[in-house]
Amino acid sequence: MSAVGDVMRRTWAMTRKDVTVELRARERVNAMLFFAALVLFIFNFALGPDREKLREVAPGLLWLAFLFTGMLGLGRSFQAERENDCFEELLLTPGDRESIYFGKLAGNVLFMVMAEGLILPLFGILYNLDVWGALPSLALVALLGTVGFSTIGTLLAAMTAHLRAREVMLPLLLFPLTVPVILGSVRATEAILSGGGLGGVSHWLKLLAGFDVIFLVACPLAFEFVLEE
Amino acid sequence: MADPRVQVQGLTKVFGPTLALDGVDLRVDPGEVVALLGPNGAGKTTLLKLLATALKPSAGGGQVLGEDLLKGRERIRRRIGMISHNHHLYDDLTALENLQFAAAMRGMRVTRGAIDKALGEVGLEGQAHGKLRTFSTGMKRRLVIGKMLLFAPELLFLDEPHNTLDQAAIALLDGYVASVAARGGAAIVATHNLSRAYGMADRFVLIRDGAVTWCARKDGLTLEMLRDLYARHAEGPEPVEGWR
Amino acid sequence: MERATRFAPSFGAAAAVMLAVGLYLGLVAAPPDAVMGDVQRIMYLHVPSIVTAYVAFFIVFCASVLFLWRRNLGFDAVAVSSAEIGVVFCGITLATGSIWGKSTWGVWWTWDARLTLTAILFTIYVGYLMLRSFAEDPQAGARYGAVLAILGFLDIPLNHFAVYWWRTLHQPSSLLRPGGPSVARPMLVPLLVNMLGMVLLYTYFLLRRVQLEQRRHLILEGRLRRGRRG
Repeated sequence: MSAVGDVMRRTWAMTRKDVTVELRARERVNAMLFFAALVLFIFNFALGPDREKLREVAPGLLWLAFLFTGMLGLGRSFQAERENDCFEELLLTPGDRESIYFGKLAGNVLFMVMAEGLILPLFGILYNLDVWGALPSLALVALLGTVGFSTIGTLLAAMTAHLRAREVMLPLLLFPLTVPVILGSVRATEAILSGGGLGGVSHWLKLLAGFDVIFLVACPLAFEFVLEE
Repeated sequence: MADPRVQVQGLTKVFGPTLALDGVDLRVDPGEVVALLGPNGAGKTTLLKLLATALKPSAGGGQVLGEDLLKGRERIRRRIGMISHNHHLYDDLTALENLQFAAAMRGMRVTRGAIDKALGEVGLEGQAHGKLRTFSTGMKRRLVIGKMLLFAPELLFLDEPHNTLDQAAIALLDGYVASVAARGGAAIVATHNLSRAYGMADRFVLIRDGAVTWCARKDGLTLEMLRDLYARHAEGPEPVEGWR
Repeated sequence: MERATRFAPSFGAAAAVMLAVGLYLGLVAAPPDAVMGDVQRIMYLHVPSIVTAYVAFFIVFCASVLFLWRRNLGFDAVAVSSAEIGVVFCGITLATGSIWGKSTWGVWWTWDARLTLTAILFTIYVGYLMLRSFAEDPQAGARYGAVLAILGFLDIPLNHFAVYWWRTLHQPSSLLRPGGPSVARPMLVPLLVNMLGMVLLYTYFLLRRVQLEQRRHLILEGRLRRGRRG
């Protein structure tokens, strides 16, 4: 169906544009990586050298690093549109609004996954944890969690882009809504890192998947109302 | 007599406690270039944005290019072009990438050849791979005109388009607007630059405090008369009901 | 809506009666809890508050959907009014829950499922109200708020599952099971009476607040009309 094709082409155009802009300006990725490294170091100093204690809280730490870094990226995701009034240009462009959302979402997920891909080995090294053995399972959980976080995050980023105090508003609105993602991802990661595998946490995985599906449907529909003036 | 390009009545826009536009009626016929004049904050930009479907009216309605302003927004967007002082381009992309992105978002496929041709027509030949950050304001405005050449809108909205442009770019812009009008389209230009408005427009509409104060055709009106009218009605105290 | 607000005084009177009866029954007449003693009576405030807070949020959701669909500012008035009242009831729930916890287990806060969920609901409420107030254009604020309310409503069941699974896996012998403690019969009646009373009180406040909002709209419109030239 050509309508679906149009949506996909527009989505791809938007994602490609965001990636190109980011590769040239390097604003987001640099900030995210630097911040992630900083967070991992500071956790170490804050929590002390007790290996056993670190092992217990490791899954939570990992996700704190992922989520705060992701937040940073989400906060910048409409930065290019805010300059030069490109928001208005999007309003004036004919075509569905959903593809704009999906294009932005894909870019956000991509950047967050990239950052996670670098945080994870660093995490394994700094905290002496074997992350390689369970990489496929970790990757699955990371993907489910990242997508869930980014669906609401992208929508809220668009909403708060115009607001006063937007750096505060985005986390304030995003974190309460993504509690299921946080809990699910951390619990599942915990099960993986303690060697248990994914079998015991299948209910968490289902929750994450359900969350993703619900908001992958609801957010693009709501995007229309956020974008219009 | 062909259908008017714009025919709206009672357009009103409220932003919270502010009445930005108060019951504006406007009609623009094919081939017309209309200048919206008025002091800052008068509502010129708001009116342009309402007609371009970037904003929704709080009250009022009508037709733009024969499509209903409230129900035919998608179809209107396909056929209009907006040139504002903010160029709506991405600084980190090249000229070529900007045009390709804009085309892709419109669902249009444009060949490299078509883009090069458009760039040539606006004096940017060879600049396809130039990063927008390195462009001057004039070059960016030329690129916007190049974008318009690719999309061929029938109705143009221009918001203070002459700011910081050099003579050559101004001539290019005026020429482009004239060509759109000549083909049966129309243009609405919001500006407070009276001499430029006089140069390009056939009709002048003065907007003050969100309402149309007067409008006048160019026939028989000299630039000095226009300046005088403007000084009296736009900058003076509350105007008397003017002549139309 | 305008006609409905006329009933506000009746709701107010009914609420006053219900709550008077309910509070008497709960605080005086009902037997003290076998384990916790008189402190347990705070349940007669705590549980109805949380029920009302959820009812209020459901109304915010419904009004938001109707607003986005019909663009009638009356619906938006209901949404913001319900949120303002709901956040207060939510706050009462948290406060009473905290007091209850302090008296029973000696701690001001426990991360048990119900309190945690209430805290999350509270932050969603606060976020909603802040979002609306930070938008420069009230129309945009109304739209953003409506979208947030819908997302929040979709989120609540997911939050429930997540938080309950989180708590039950960590605290096998939790005092507050998902169903809540089974309530003894003589306590059930005052509980229900208070619940009804609180919902009536909420309705009274809602109608009054919507009335206020309608008057605000009228004043704004009047100002605009006077501002227009004749």
